[in-house]
Amino acid sequence: MSLLEVDDVVVQFGGVTAVNHASFVAESGRVTGLIGPNGAGKTTCFNVISGLQKPTRGHVRFDGKGINRTPVHRRAKRGIGRTFQRLEAFGSLTVRDNVRVAFDIHRGVVGMMRPAAANLDALLERVGISQYAQERADSIPTGTARLLELARCLASDPRLLLLDEPSSGLDESETEAFGALLQDLAAEGRAVLMVEHDMDLVMSVCDVIHVLDFGEVIASGEPAAVRANTRVQNAYLGYSDDADGDLTMTDLEAVHETSRIPAVEAQA
Amino acid sequence: MSSFMSYTNFGLFSGAAYAIAASGLVLTYTTTRVFNIAHGAFGMVLSFVFWDFSVRQGLPLWLSLVLVLGVVAPLIGWFLQRFVVRGLGEGPVSVSLVVTVGLLVFCIGLATWVWPPEARSVPPFMPASGLQFGDTYITAHQIITILSSIVVAILLYLLLTRTRIGTAMRASVDNPELLKLFGGKPDQVAALSWAIGISLAALSGILLVSVVGLDYYALTLLVVNAYAAAMLGRLKSLPLTFVGAMALGLVTSYSAGYLPSDGWLNDLRNVVPPLFLFVVIIAMPQAQLRVGQVKGIVSAPLPSLGKALGWGAALLVLTALLTGNMSTANLLLVGTAATYAMVMLSLALLTGYGGHVSLAQFTFAGVGALAYAKLDEPNLYGLFVSALIAAGVGALVALPVLRLTGLYLALSTLAFAVLMDKLVFQASFAFGFNGTLQARRLSILGTSITSTGGYVLVMAVFLVLMGFFLLFIRRGVLGRVLIAMRDSPAACGTLGLDMRWFRVALFGLSAGMAGLAGGLFAGLRGTIGAADFQFFNSLPLLLLAVVFGVTSVTGATLGGIGLMLLPVLQSNYPSLAGLMLVIIGFGAVALARDPNGLANLMFKAGRFLEARFAPQLLARLPALPGRGSTLGEADVDPLDESIDHNQEVPAHVAP
Repeated sequence: MSLLEVDDVVVQFGGVTAVNHASFVAESGRVTGLIGPNGAGKTTCFNVISGLQKPTRGHVRFDGKGINRTPVHRRAKRGIGRTFQRLEAFGSLTVRDNVRVAFDIHRGVVGMMRPAAANLDALLERVGISQYAQERADSIPTGTARLLELARCLASDPRLLLLDEPSSGLDESETEAFGALLQDLAAEGRAVLMVEHDMDLVMSVCDVIHVLDFGEVIASGEPAAVRANTRVQNAYLGYSDDADGDLTMTDLEAVHETSRIPAVEAQA
Repeated sequence: MSSFMSYTNFGLFSGAAYAIAASGLVLTYTTTRVFNIAHGAFGMVLSFVFWDFSVRQGLPLWLSLVLVLGVVAPLIGWFLQRFVVRGLGEGPVSVSLVVTVGLLVFCIGLATWVWPPEARSVPPFMPASGLQFGDTYITAHQIITILSSIVVAILLYLLLTRTRIGTAMRASVDNPELLKLFGGKPDQVAALSWAIGISLAALSGILLVSVVGLDYYALTLLVVNAYAAAMLGRLKSLPLTFVGAMALGLVTSYSAGYLPSDGWLNDLRNVVPPLFLFVVIIAMPQAQLRVGQVKGIVSAPLPSLGKALGWGAALLVLTALLTGNMSTANLLLVGTAATYAMVMLSLALLTGYGGHVSLAQFTFAGVGALAYAKLDEPNLYGLFVSALIAAGVGALVALPVLRLTGLYLALSTLAFAVLMDKLVFQASFAFGFNGTLQARRLSILGTSITSTGGYVLVMAVFLVLMGFFLLFIRRGVLGRVLIAMRDSPAACGTLGLDMRWFRVALFGLSAGMAGLAGGLFAGLRGTIGAADFQFFNSLPLLLLAVVFGVTSVTGATLGGIGLMLLPVLQSNYPSLAGLMLVIIGFGAVALARDPNGLANLMFKAGRFLEARFAPQLLARLPALPGRGSTLGEADVDPLDESIDHNQEVPAHVAP
């Protein structure tokens, strides 16, 4: 049984269908990629899973139990953690305090009274942002802030990690280290579900990839299979009779530069 | 039967007027996400303008109406959208609420300044005419009002469904971001809807004024009725808003007609709109957390422990020195300032740290004072219990809006304040109508404090302790979580924080602090009444707190002194009484985007001077080795809210 099951989910905003009968799963111990052109409904899916958006139809199951009616904070307590595409760091706190707050919240009202846990600094170290510990979160570079969101989310030791474009803003070597960290996290038995535009990263670290287009899952499978899929090529390039029939990295990334209906994601 | 019909007539008449006001409110809110608390106040000011045109200057009625509704009101609406409201909708709700409360106080000040209190009346339209239906008589004015609401409904319907800009308006209700992306002009849409909205507020005010009278407050409070009606349509649907307004008008009218005219049920008729509001709010569905909110608040720096202790001691010494030879009247004023400062500290916790706005902080102080007087336990225990009762009441107010967002919470505090003012404080079991209660002064550990000077000093001690308490909270876990909640509610939720109960607790704590201040105030004065805790007082309190800085203890202390001086100045210069409200309102509108207020400017100036002159001074004082290098930072905690980042509000929030 998969840790997370998204089953036939539909989300509509007024007349726009952002997610259209999407079904996919994320398994413990694996890195799962969720890709698709801008406006395909990826962030909306994340919002549905984390409880920030009610689905118009369909079900989300976590650990075998339906969580459609579970409020946001209780989903977090059950083990769903997420980061945001548009950053939601606590800007007026230091990087260290950002993570500290997450620890405090995780430990609950009674736990808050006890002194802070010692593994706070270890967590910053693991994600690779210890040198920013005393900086205010609204003054650090975007890439670092994304790592901070990951560290904050790890403070509650989640079983499912939803990462929304975690690598944008990171340079090449940082991205490489980040990929290794993701595989580490999965090896610990967590399910990692990642929306990502860096195709090199997606293809190299993901065990499974789901492709969304206009809110529909048009392909699921291992990286190589997804790359060869005709519908995926159609979605990304608008045609399928490419000479060699194989999608290149540049093709995939080029499509991300042009947005189709970004409002759907922005609206959430 | 005939009386039933005339109550129905009157209900439909007032419902129609509410509907007109409420539709304007909905229009402006949906297109700009700014809830205009001053909606009724603009209706009030424009009714005065109408009176000025038609009665004082003797212009023909139709011309005055055309001038007010077609020229003055739309111009004001356009101006407001262009220079005040723009950009507020994307920011924190607390900022837009403070700005519109500022507008409200500004309007009241303006009206009292330009049209000082005197007997004025606006006659109803066509006073001599009417229609006889069987044994019921319906006046022409009532018919005109009901017809106006129907015309407004039809015109709005046509505007929204048959015109390009109307379609854009509806689109911006559903999704303002989509509208922008598909080439709509949200600014144009917003300007038009504000022009129409203010015009509708004016029309509603003018129609009601022959019944309500030209009163600064009655028409301003119209916003509660309009808001109650609009809530039925969830601040979105115009048809439901009309239904809500009519229902409210009828219920109000029937309750005036059929509730017994004695006992507490009699008082109930005055509070139908706020009660209606609470019922509708409780029935609202759970709100969704918003992602991607613009954060505009950078907190004031936190003083170090040593600095806080030093300033606290300085304040106490200063109070002791100043109050040594003071007359009793002046002592009472100092004590009042301390009370206000304490209430403002409770706002610092709620608004400054927590990002929530309360429009009922004085009411909580009133609850504390009432409990203190009723308990008649003039000791620390009695004071503590009074604060606890106020805290409980505060939590009760936050409870029904548990599932909703900050806007609804703030507005329900307004409804609560009106409710308490009219239903509880003036009731015979409380202060009584125009009545007062006696309260004895506190005795601490068996020592009763008889002299006013001594009591004022005790109040100053409480103020300083409360300030320390606040700083203690801010530095601890609770403070960090509060700041985190203010910076990103969505992130807090996804980290597992149940913000609903947290908010209730915060509200309770803040109300408890205000209640403590109220209890002390009761002891100071010895005699207190409902007039001391009128709901309107909470508004200048909030505004001055924001102007002086709602994020710091210094701001609250200065604000307390300012609020104490306000009525003193007003009674010394009665002709300028209105102008002072205008200035406060304007100040809040101008400064609301930076709630650190004037106090923070002082901090900045202080640091600048310190950095500029301290090294030179130290150079001449070789007796103090080793201090020079750390001066300038020593007074501020380097961990928190560091000095370097005390930058301005981000550009996209600024006007």
